[in-house]
Amino acid sequence: MSTVTLTYREAVRAGLRHALATDDRAFIMGEDVGGYGGAFAVSLGLLEEFGPERIRNTPLSESGFVGAGIGAALAGMRPIVEVMTVNFSMLALDQVVNNAATLRYMSGGQMSVPLVVRMATGGGRQLAAQHAHSLEGWYAHVPGIKSLSPATVEDARGMVLAALEDPDPVFIFEHATLYPLEAELDEEPSAVDIAHAIVRRQGSDVTLVTYGGSLGKCLDAAGELAADGIDAEVIDLRTLRPLDLDTILTSLAKTHRIVIVDEGWKTGGLAGEISAQVMERGFDLLDWPVQRVCSAEVPIPYAKHLEDAALPSAEAVVAVVKEMVI
Amino acid sequence: MSATADEGIQVSSPDGHATVPAPTLERTHCLELLHGMLRIRRFEERAAELYSLAKIRGFLHLYVGEEAVAVGVMRALMPDDAVVATYREHGQALARGLPPGSLMAEMFGKANGCSRGRGGSMHFFDVSRRFYGGYAIVGGGLPIAVGLALADRMQGRKRVSACFFGDGAVAEGEFHESLNLAALWQVPVLFLCENNLYAMGTPIEQELAQTDIRRRAESYGIAAEAVDGMDVLAVEAAARRAAEDVRSSVAPRFLEFRTYRFRAHSMADPDLYRTKGEIERWKERDPIALFTARLRAAELLTDDDLDRLEAEVAVELDEAVAIAEAGPWEPVEDLTTDVYTPAGA
Repeated sequence: MSTVTLTYREAVRAGLRHALATDDRAFIMGEDVGGYGGAFAVSLGLLEEFGPERIRNTPLSESGFVGAGIGAALAGMRPIVEVMTVNFSMLALDQVVNNAATLRYMSGGQMSVPLVVRMATGGGRQLAAQHAHSLEGWYAHVPGIKSLSPATVEDARGMVLAALEDPDPVFIFEHATLYPLEAELDEEPSAVDIAHAIVRRQGSDVTLVTYGGSLGKCLDAAGELAADGIDAEVIDLRTLRPLDLDTILTSLAKTHRIVIVDEGWKTGGLAGEISAQVMERGFDLLDWPVQRVCSAEVPIPYAKHLEDAALPSAEAVVAVVKEMVI
Repeated sequence: MSATADEGIQVSSPDGHATVPAPTLERTHCLELLHGMLRIRRFEERAAELYSLAKIRGFLHLYVGEEAVAVGVMRALMPDDAVVATYREHGQALARGLPPGSLMAEMFGKANGCSRGRGGSMHFFDVSRRFYGGYAIVGGGLPIAVGLALADRMQGRKRVSACFFGDGAVAEGEFHESLNLAALWQVPVLFLCENNLYAMGTPIEQELAQTDIRRRAESYGIAAEAVDGMDVLAVEAAARRAAEDVRSSVAPRFLEFRTYRFRAHSMADPDLYRTKGEIERWKERDPIALFTARLRAAELLTDDDLDRLEAEVAVELDEAVAIAEAGPWEPVEDLTTDVYTPAGA
């Protein structure tokens, strides 16, 4: 099988191109997805390839075009909507929470909303407090929609395809620091498994549960810990809703220690939810209280040293683990 | 013109003519219109009674006074056109042909309701009739209608997506986003503003800096017309013209219906913000009374006709209530079904 080396950015684009080429109903819409090529250059070149009907520039009307995506999905299309960043997506939350998430249930199961919405998330690029938050945990709070977060180049491509195959609204959160990440993939795109979390590193002493932009930090931390003789298992959630707790519990049965690493804030966040579910279903497996490494409870600051201090880091993960594994 | 809550209604078409030309009065057609309005009026009255008996709970927003709009508009739509409505959507649902029993059952919370008892009064859905629902977040249905129409445009179908909303929605960002998108992309949406002069309890002159709503549509380059929403023939004529324009030109059109609700915003509203006198003045323009008088004057309606229509409606509503009473409750075990689409569906 032939392979190809792609960046995360190119991998998303390859997923989009595959979707457009194989499904007439698929089209892309969002701010600057056309001539500009997307704020993160994800859709660069697709306008030339597929034309303005299917690579549809929108005005700055997040609620309008996310809602239009819902309507188009109801009428048989497969819209793939790009919102520039998760911070901007707050402007569309009415359509997400009140419509996309409810229409199937509220109509008594009469319809599905096969909508895909992609957006960048996360900090680490000195963009301050209106471009750098990690609000995907809020989306994961809402039943009726699915939330995915690709942490690898393969998932960046394969999740687009998996989302497109899904009959329900799927939101994909691409961590903005990952776009330059490179990896070698099979040339032929295929959907990845979005029903299960995946073990990215086997280990026996502690379980690090993470997703998206924090996966690399956890793998770095695991490497450092290994030098100290601590064997960390790293789980990439892949899908934030529905959560795959079984994979976490299976790991916990082996390690008996767990750290959740999430770039969202602790208070009311996804890490707290995972922690609660672990304690509800796996309390007896725990040899140490569940630990969390999350962003500091501040709007993400601009200055590099402050931003670094606000975001989860490999060093912070290592320090927490060393407290637990004595 | 600018309408205020207190001055009654004086509608002119955009070219300055005092009235829209009425279609030829044809007896069968007229009796159907009257029947359509009567069944909405009586349905709403029955719903209010059932609410006071606690058979219907939650919020209940009645359409009494506005019947001519739904009835007139629906005459202009084809079966494969789409309808998007608001939380005050009983009239649209009935006029669209949703069975009254399924609506009553929905309000009872029964599993034989049009949304299986999960939506209630504010969320009627019937995809088989392309009735895409009652939306209870003001303005929230407009982007959906634009998307339905976008799909039609992209797939080359000559269909209309008819989108109802009130004057309150006009102040929402989603109104402006949707009109802009529809005009930019020339999608076949028929925007239908039911201007009943109040956003819940706030009079239009306190909510809109520009109360002549059709001018807002025109500012997006969308042809717009204001229509007397108490005159069912005027509504139908305008809706037919506009729907035909949408269909043939594949572009949005906008109609503003000047109307009035005779009852409070919802059953929870003590109606403190309007004077009795204002309500009484509007009741003089009751769309059913006006049309009845007009038909009598034209000798198209007899007392017997009216009695027969009322009797038919009463029987239909008795049946609807019986269907709702007899309907089953959805088993609690099914609480979590259809949050997501089942595998293989």
